Amino acid sequence: MTQIFGDFIDNFSSSEEYLLLRFSPTSVPLKQRWRNNGLSADFMADYLTTFFPGSEEDPSTFERQNEIKSAVSYIANELLENAMKFSDENMPQPITIQLDLQADKIIFLTTNTISSQVVADFKAYIQELSASDPSEMYIQQLEKQAEVETPIGNSGLGYVTMLNDYMAKLGWKFETVQTEPEVIIVTTMVQLML
Amino acid sequence: MEIKKDDYRVCYDQPTATIYCQGSLRLSGMNEYAPIVELLNNVAEQEPPVITLNLTDLEFLNSSGISLISKFVIQVRQKQTINMIVKGSNNIPWQKKSLKNLQRLMPSLILEWE
Repeated sequence: MTQIFGDFIDNFSSSEEYLLLRFSPTSVPLKQRWRNNGLSADFMADYLTTFFPGSEEDPSTFERQNEIKSAVSYIANELLENAMKFSDENMPQPITIQLDLQADKIIFLTTNTISSQVVADFKAYIQELSASDPSEMYIQQLEKQAEVETPIGNSGLGYVTMLNDYMAKLGWKFETVQTEPEVIIVTTMVQLML
Repeated sequence: MEIKKDDYRVCYDQPTATIYCQGSLRLSGMNEYAPIVELLNNVAEQEPPVITLNLTDLEFLNSSGISLISKFVIQVRQKQTINMIVKGSNNIPWQKKSLKNLQRLMPSLILEWE
């Protein structure tokens, strides 16, 4: 069974220029692996700047390079953090993140397993996100958080910042790839316009 | 008050009532931000007339960190006795994108760019 939410290009085929990282499930606890998210995100962002060369004659090219690097690093890090948090560690499927450079945009794709216990909440959150004005939702979520003692990190703020601060498009695909035990894989697609 | 790790440093300079956040703050939420929350709470409790939050050397901040800073701004706003200045850097693109949201949480907050 496949379900799609948001701006998801289903028949997407990778262009010539892409970069893919795979993280196999490991016995090392999440906490000890956490810093790898930032390292990987920075690496991907840095790698991509090769395709946006700076020119001494035009200082704005360096500014653009810096902007793209910062945006890619932020988004990739958030996507990896989410994938690490939500993936079902008992499943053998790896977490992957892919960057695909197109003429007018950068497409991020992450895949991870998700346990059937949390999938309903996650889908409900996605639907709320799709139905809301991201700018309003941003403020509402923060105000709500300040009232109740929500643990920091479970805010869902990552996606809202991508929509609100980076004007990105977000989409998700849920696939049940196996039953008994049930294995659900979620693919998250983020499109960052250039 | 100072919290110093490999990737980041958060400290409070009492004479100038300035909180400095530097480096890369990408902690995993959960309990990892707790010491920083405590430092921020402490500063808010002291109720100085003006608090300056200096982020000019904060290269990276994840959404959990944005959440942390936003919560602090709301806490300061609720005191109603503290003015707040946030200093950002023109050279760090995420700050240009995300710091303006703090003003929506606390309209009297002053954003300074350097």
